[in-house]
Amino acid sequence: MSDPEQKNLVAPTSGNARAMEELHTPPMRLQFGPSHPATHGTVKITLDLEGEQVVWSDVEVGYLHRGFEKECETGYYYQNIPYTDRLNYSSPILNNVGYCMAVEKLFSIVTPPRCDYLRVIGGELSRLADHMMCVGASAMELAAFTPMLYLIEARELMLDLTDALCGARVTTNFVRIGGVSADMPEGFAQFARERLDKAMTLVEDANKLLTENPVFRRRMEGTGYLSPKELVAWGVTGPMLRAGGVAYDIRRVHPYLAYGDLDFEVPIGEHSDNFDRYLVRMAEIPQCRSIILQCFEKMPEGPVDANDPRVRWPGKGRVFNRMEELIDQFKLVTEGGMAPVGEVYHAVEAANGELGFYIVSDGTGKPWKCRCRAPSFSNISPLSKMITGGQLADVVPTFGMINMIGGECDR
Amino acid sequence: MTADNNGETPSAPTLSPLLQIVTDRLGALVIEHKSALGDDRIHVARENVVEALRILRDDPALAFDLLLDVTTVDYLGQPDDFETNLEVWDKNRNVMRRQPQRRHELVLPPRGPNPRFAVVYHLTSTTHLHVMRVKCRVPEDDPVISSVTSLWPGANWLERETFDLYGIRFEGHPDLRRIYLYEEFIGHPLRKDYAKHGEQPIQEYVGPGAKEPRRPH
Repeated sequence: MSDPEQKNLVAPTSGNARAMEELHTPPMRLQFGPSHPATHGTVKITLDLEGEQVVWSDVEVGYLHRGFEKECETGYYYQNIPYTDRLNYSSPILNNVGYCMAVEKLFSIVTPPRCDYLRVIGGELSRLADHMMCVGASAMELAAFTPMLYLIEARELMLDLTDALCGARVTTNFVRIGGVSADMPEGFAQFARERLDKAMTLVEDANKLLTENPVFRRRMEGTGYLSPKELVAWGVTGPMLRAGGVAYDIRRVHPYLAYGDLDFEVPIGEHSDNFDRYLVRMAEIPQCRSIILQCFEKMPEGPVDANDPRVRWPGKGRVFNRMEELIDQFKLVTEGGMAPVGEVYHAVEAANGELGFYIVSDGTGKPWKCRCRAPSFSNISPLSKMITGGQLADVVPTFGMINMIGGECDR
Repeated sequence: MTADNNGETPSAPTLSPLLQIVTDRLGALVIEHKSALGDDRIHVARENVVEALRILRDDPALAFDLLLDVTTVDYLGQPDDFETNLEVWDKNRNVMRRQPQRRHELVLPPRGPNPRFAVVYHLTSTTHLHVMRVKCRVPEDDPVISSVTSLWPGANWLERETFDLYGIRFEGHPDLRRIYLYEEFIGHPLRKDYAKHGEQPIQEYVGPGAKEPRRPH
């Protein structure tokens, strides 16, 4: 707040506050949500307003709580993969990857390189779809409807690719423990190049409409500010943290899958406001495309599954004709794969930040505890601090750029 | 024997580089430590948790400035690595590896002698980039632990979630109330003795305005 321009912005509200003091008007209580057309997420924000200024706020989540962790404790390891699709439904493959990598760490399974590349391709497609959805919806909430149409169309192209990769658009269930469900179809690389090029044209159109748009900039610049130190103290990760200048991207600092071999940049911002969060997301989109194209170049041939009998599902032909595979199948169905006793924490970089899974195993086929460290939950917890003291209209872009996904935040 | 060991004690485990610094800085605060499956973990007593975490955050060689996660594990008093070497098919012993009769049935292990819950903190450093897990055992009859909101404001919601789902009370927390479930909900659903099918009817609302007559339309 030491910035002189900031002071000029605050000056009229202080006059407003003085007028309020003279008029003795009590603050107005406003209930914002839980299902509000200007927020893409089920969250209730209670605001106390003095004029247009927010003087107190409280954020309530939990409207989509459905007991993900309790449900995981009663299912075998492989049965929980479809639940992870429903965590962040904008980028489901990233959740699949996060959960399966944590389980593989527990089982000490090393996945074959082709599987790693396929997971990177699927994950980056999900990240593209998530960023497009986030920017498009946020722009729409600021009354910019046209870019939303462009970006949703681009997201639709990404969902087409996800569909070609795993047969489903949103509830993918693509990744398996120790592998992926299937290799990519024939001609997928060419299909993906065409679709990605088309999507980049659409993103470029939206970029032209938004980045230089004075109305959009005035509403995004300087709002939702948190200093980098505060961001770290509040546990914020992902594009929000990188917009504050902290280059913390797990793909770079703890390279997993094939990210160590791939060449990509981690865009960072400097102002830590909503506009930089938008810019970081827009700068990540071409990086994701470049990662996918590099994967097609570098991907080796080979199997897509680790051949580990504790988690491998034998093919039906072998189950019906061989005894060992029949026993494997029987054991997997009746008692799951027996995990070693232990506990692991593994994190991947999801679209909104660090998505970690903490799994405790008691040596049975079911996790004793399966905890999901959801980025949305930590990212939205400072929302009350970010909006208090600002204008009512700033709540909408701040909430939009946090990109809170109810399924992941409430689990 | 002597030729194999060369005078070294074979039982002393080699510490990972991170745990060497941590045990050096924390000293007697560390009750137990272990490196397994690539993760480093320490146990501290619950009276010392704020002090230990403050040292971990402020020491320049450690600098754990980012609190990733706060959660709880309901161990039912079992040790961290449970009871190993149990016979799978021995039906006469009440062992935990025995399979349930039905899909959703939960076969719980016997209660162990240790404190029932373990509060788990996951920490990372944005400068040194190391990750560590800190655990604290909390007994069932007095599930209280000090809050770390004074160190990380981000612990606020994470501790509220733990209170909501496990019933651990955090002393010194500024605003300890349920976050996912509603205030009138009975019990804490992630405890192991809360059955998954233990659905309860919507409890009566007792908050402000509960007794007011229904508004005419």
